[in-house]
Amino acid sequence: MSQNAEKVIDHELLFRQPEYTSMFENKQKNFEYKHPEQKIIEIQEWTKTKEYQDKNFAREALTVNPAKACQPLGAVFAAVGFANTLPFVHGSQGCVAYYRSHFSRHFKEPTSCVSSSMTEDAAVFGGLNNMVDGLANAYSMYKPDMIAVSTTCMAEVIGDDLDSFIKTAKSKGSVPEDFDVPFAHTPAFVGSHVTGYDNALKGIVEHFWSKAGDAKPVAGKLNFIGGFDGYTTGNLREIKRLLGAMGVDYTILGDTSDIWDTPTDGEYRMYDGGTTKEEVKAALNASATISFQEYCTEKTLKYIATKGQETVALNHPVGVGGTDKFLMEVSRLTGKAIPDALTKERGRLVDAIADSQAMIHGKKFALYGDPDLMLGLTAFLLELGAEPTTVLSTNGDDKWAAKVQALFDASPFGKNCKVYPKKDMWHLRSLLFTEPVDYLIGNTHGKYLERDCNVPLIRLGFPIFDRHHYHRFPIWGYEGGLRVLVMILDEMFERLDQSTIITAKTDISYDIVR
Amino acid sequence: MSALRQIAFYGKGGIGKSTTSQNTLAALAEMGHKILIVGCDPKADSTRLILHAKAQDTVLSLAAEAGSVEDLELEDVMKIGYRDIRCVESGGPEPGVGCAGRGVITSINFLEENGAYDGADYVSYDVLGDVVCGGFAMPIRENKAQEIYIVMSGEMMAMYAANNISKGILKYANSGGVRLGGLVCNERQTDKEYELADALAKKLGTKLIHFVPRDNIVQHAELRRMTVLEYAPESKQAQEYRELAKKIHENAGKGTIPTPITMEELEDLLMEFGIMKKEDESVIGVAAAAA
Repeated sequence: MSQNAEKVIDHELLFRQPEYTSMFENKQKNFEYKHPEQKIIEIQEWTKTKEYQDKNFAREALTVNPAKACQPLGAVFAAVGFANTLPFVHGSQGCVAYYRSHFSRHFKEPTSCVSSSMTEDAAVFGGLNNMVDGLANAYSMYKPDMIAVSTTCMAEVIGDDLDSFIKTAKSKGSVPEDFDVPFAHTPAFVGSHVTGYDNALKGIVEHFWSKAGDAKPVAGKLNFIGGFDGYTTGNLREIKRLLGAMGVDYTILGDTSDIWDTPTDGEYRMYDGGTTKEEVKAALNASATISFQEYCTEKTLKYIATKGQETVALNHPVGVGGTDKFLMEVSRLTGKAIPDALTKERGRLVDAIADSQAMIHGKKFALYGDPDLMLGLTAFLLELGAEPTTVLSTNGDDKWAAKVQALFDASPFGKNCKVYPKKDMWHLRSLLFTEPVDYLIGNTHGKYLERDCNVPLIRLGFPIFDRHHYHRFPIWGYEGGLRVLVMILDEMFERLDQSTIITAKTDISYDIVR
Repeated sequence: MSALRQIAFYGKGGIGKSTTSQNTLAALAEMGHKILIVGCDPKADSTRLILHAKAQDTVLSLAAEAGSVEDLELEDVMKIGYRDIRCVESGGPEPGVGCAGRGVITSINFLEENGAYDGADYVSYDVLGDVVCGGFAMPIRENKAQEIYIVMSGEMMAMYAANNISKGILKYANSGGVRLGGLVCNERQTDKEYELADALAKKLGTKLIHFVPRDNIVQHAELRRMTVLEYAPESKQAQEYRELAKKIHENAGKGTIPTPITMEELEDLLMEFGIMKKEDESVIGVAAAAA
């Protein structure tokens, strides 16, 4: 049966039609020459054993499904947080297509970003001409106020020097001499997207601050950095609401809150919102900078500290304790009191946690993702009385692992929990078989583990490709904590309903009230 | 602490860069300066005379062992040698594979991020051969070496290499602060060597900062994996290196933007000094026995 325009069969059902099923069967029988079913099952079962896990963990040179992306992705994220700023990646087009599609699959919104389209001749002769032409084209076509340059592997391997390239491009008239072109070297084969975010943000801040003279600190004026964050739209708006409620004078460095949910009102916005140049310049005179994600801002905070500012690095606070710490730091740094309205919000979150306590207490979780998110979620799960027994990160190092361990040690629920730095999702697969958990927390890529290991996935992290609009809602602040709580509970109730749904067999617990 | 002075030695392979640089740096250390040597040659022989070692463990070999550069600590890669000179070798792949230039970038970034330069008066980069790719130009990027010293001799290929390196410096000098400090001629006892080197220096818009005479004592010291400064401090050769060190020290901020010449101009230069005969096309491609 071929498709017809009157009744189009969706992708979901199309391949179950007889012409497809018979075609697949035929292909298997005549062309695939599979091992016998029995053998396949035998090997499948073997991969679930401790013996296989030991082999898996003895891997040295091979990574399978790393839970991280590369530096330039983070650099593009940082760059779009500045007003009318065009991210410009010096390297090949394919890389940049990946950053753009990655963001649009997650945010369901386009991301403006250009490449210098390096090809084989540029790899041989160096990419200077690509920089000269690329900057000139990007400047005249897209009319940005600023172009933030980063690099891909290709430009890094051949050793292209951005500083001299950009100066040369300016002297050749690609862009005016006084046009702002901050830059950062972001070799994709070093670190991860959080490193790239850090390098690019430092590049932009340093670009403006290095020629600004001495800082003239204004007491109580604060800078805030969110870091690479898949919930940035909702989260930064929540941060603005909280800081606004406290009456704080603040600047968000890299304000990505308005980029990925631009209104559909007939006007196409290539750029929207973002920190303005004037705000970045004035941010030099803040008395302190708070970073919500330490591992996204290691070098940036170090640089900011050289300007005499106090720097506070948090680890993606989620929940009651995390938000308390954030608000108390803001209060300490600015001298502003925490208003009653926020204290009430806190009470409501505590109330909600208490109401659902029976569901979550003692449940085991495996979670994986970026180092800061892992620290924030681990702390929140422990706060809920859950046991985050497996915490894994590909881009978290041994120092990160020690911080997670410290969280375990500080809680009675952390006793049987283990942290796995520098491990990938194939390691996680082994762990899910040998040390089973009740729930898995991670990004969309976890859905294959969900199927493979039969463990329900709660989607928290980046990227989320297979659910829509999560980024529009905060997971920071007390309100955000409530949302994370509800996401966890929803999955729990959904699973409970599924396992009790068979009439007259399991439905004695198929209840209206949970 | 005085401002950090960063210099680099470039030159054709086998010209005696590492020997000249280590002897000169030993002399600078003798003058009381705190020195850091960053070897940027996959052969990793830029520090052997200072460390009395065959070859130092390199940043990249240690990183490969540990898994990644992020897993290294500064102490793992930095060794202390003669007169407390700190030594690091960036290292690189085996001949024929990989990318040595990227190795230079990786190593220098690692050293900077981990504070290797703290407390040093001099950082010296010892770089292999020509500026063959962007990676080997890392030491001449902005905020790295302020002056480049090219080690050469009166041989045609050494002069050719010196000219090429000048082209590399020129690329970066226009947009940044790097300058050509001068030529160091390592005597090979070719015809009219001093005059040629001096003439080339003038053509390149720089000066012949020192002419290091040939002396077997250098080989004697090398066999013992020592600099002449340490092996025979009273020797005439040690004095030559002291003089070179002094000239380099006093040369701070006096570097120039080089004016590289064409291959034809280089050949003209050789003709001028009678090394090549003018317009004598008959000798080209003719073997010595046949002539």
